[in-house]
Amino acid sequence: MIQTESALAVDTRGLPLTPERLLDIQGLAKSFGGVRALNDVSFSVGRGEILGLIGPNGSGKTTSFNVLTGLYRPDGGKIAFDGADITGNTPQTVYRAGIARTFQRSRLCLELSIFDNIMVGNHARLNHGLVFNLFQRKAFRLEVESALAEATALAASFSPKLGDAMFQPVGALPMIERRRIEICRALISRPKLLLLDELSAGMTHDETHQLMDDILAVRERQGGLSIIIIEHEMGVIERVSDHCVVLNYGEKIVEGSYQDVASDRLVQEAYLGSE
Amino acid sequence: MVGAMALGLLAVFAEDHFPLLMLSTVMLYATVALGLNVQFGYTGVVNFAGAAFFGIGAYTSAELIGHTALPLGGLFAAAIGLVLVFPVVRTRGHYAAVVTIAFSVLFQTFLEVNDTLGGPQGLSVGPMRLFGWSFADGPVLFGVETSFYLNYALAALVVLAPAFLMLRRQERSWIGLSLDAVRLDEAASACYDIGIRRAKILAFVIGNLVIGVAGALYGGMLGYIAPTSFTFSDSLILAAAIVVILPEKLQAIQEYRFLLFSVVVMAILLFRSEGLLPRAVRRYLPAPRDSEEVIR
Repeated sequence: MIQTESALAVDTRGLPLTPERLLDIQGLAKSFGGVRALNDVSFSVGRGEILGLIGPNGSGKTTSFNVLTGLYRPDGGKIAFDGADITGNTPQTVYRAGIARTFQRSRLCLELSIFDNIMVGNHARLNHGLVFNLFQRKAFRLEVESALAEATALAASFSPKLGDAMFQPVGALPMIERRRIEICRALISRPKLLLLDELSAGMTHDETHQLMDDILAVRERQGGLSIIIIEHEMGVIERVSDHCVVLNYGEKIVEGSYQDVASDRLVQEAYLGSE
Repeated sequence: MVGAMALGLLAVFAEDHFPLLMLSTVMLYATVALGLNVQFGYTGVVNFAGAAFFGIGAYTSAELIGHTALPLGGLFAAAIGLVLVFPVVRTRGHYAAVVTIAFSVLFQTFLEVNDTLGGPQGLSVGPMRLFGWSFADGPVLFGVETSFYLNYALAALVVLAPAFLMLRRQERSWIGLSLDAVRLDEAASACYDIGIRRAKILAFVIGNLVIGVAGALYGGMLGYIAPTSFTFSDSLILAAAIVVILPEKLQAIQEYRFLLFSVVVMAILLFRSEGLLPRAVRRYLPAPRDSEEVIR
């Protein structure tokens, strides 16, 4: 049956969740002119949990990512992350707090190399001082070398070919490699929460599953990474999510385990229409 | 290597005024192009007031002739750019361009009504003097009296070379990366903690600093500057050395040179739209890695 917030004492694997939630969203609202893109949306993500965010096109999934990461300012509601209130923060501070994302339409810098693109995600950990970059050549060299080693290892864990071609421009690569780089860019900073916006867009069924396996492997290694995943490919959601939230017309209609929401009448109506 | 080539050219023309004047102008325009490249090429911040910042440098050197003229010209251009950059970062695309165009027109009008700066007649700039070395006399090298323009040509090289080296170093650093990221995708960069405003302000100020230093030397070299030398339309053609060299070399074919010049510009845009010397992938460290394969 549909679980309520208070019944979430155990996750789908039967393990008790830590009482403190990593992300807690309460009553989030966002309108564009007369369109209510999000209306009183509340959900939360536990530490180490994978949340599937699903719903038909235009139901507010990507908008909730954009509000969460600070690209849009919410009209109402509260976002608490890791014990701090991050409502209405800039994208920069949200990222520094430990939330990294990928984009639905791949947004890599196509003329830049793989290494450059991954380093964009590493920005917060690099020294951007003018004096350091221009004059402290030895220290700069060390920083480049260690960053290159780290980025190469991460990229190679997704695909050995990527690790060998760190200085290739991204524009020449096929879609699956670009997705991998985008995920490396999000993971290099070791975030606490990863937002995946429609991983499967532009990829085949098998590629999507392959990529998901790689992400789960990195998650295993980094330990304790929470994920919110937006996905239309229900096979992926069924396989990885601990918990699902279903949006329709900007409102949360149902939440619960995948089996629960998939058999829910409201969800079926949202996707297929009512009689 | 380029520096050695330039020195060689200088040696060949050491006694002729005109080629040296042309060569110095090319080097100074190239310096300006480096500055504009940081602003527009890397960061995507348009600056249609390039000639105005060049002029700020030139007018500074007219007022403060001496060895402080060059750095002060640069600093003054950078400081005024620091004020102008605030409306620029608050606007995007065409609107940011309009802000810089407005400044360019404003600057020219300001010069024309300002009597202290010579008004529409302009100012004469005394010969430069660097640490007791007067630029008015040609240096005597190996017993040969050379053109006094050799001083300016050498100084232009001394301005161009470090500007080139420093800006290349900047391009191959984390700073260069964040400037590129801001140009290519502002929203995605913001999601990765890249300071959009910081990048734009930095690029604008550094670019104008370089442009101002070049302008200060240019003023000293011409000996006479007027508001009409630094107009908005001059900003548009500041782009390249070809602007200076080609029309001069084509004197022989009279009026047709403008036609040929346009054809050359269009041919470059059509066939080498990424530039005559396209940019390589950023390597950060000098040592090249050659164990690479193309992924298919």
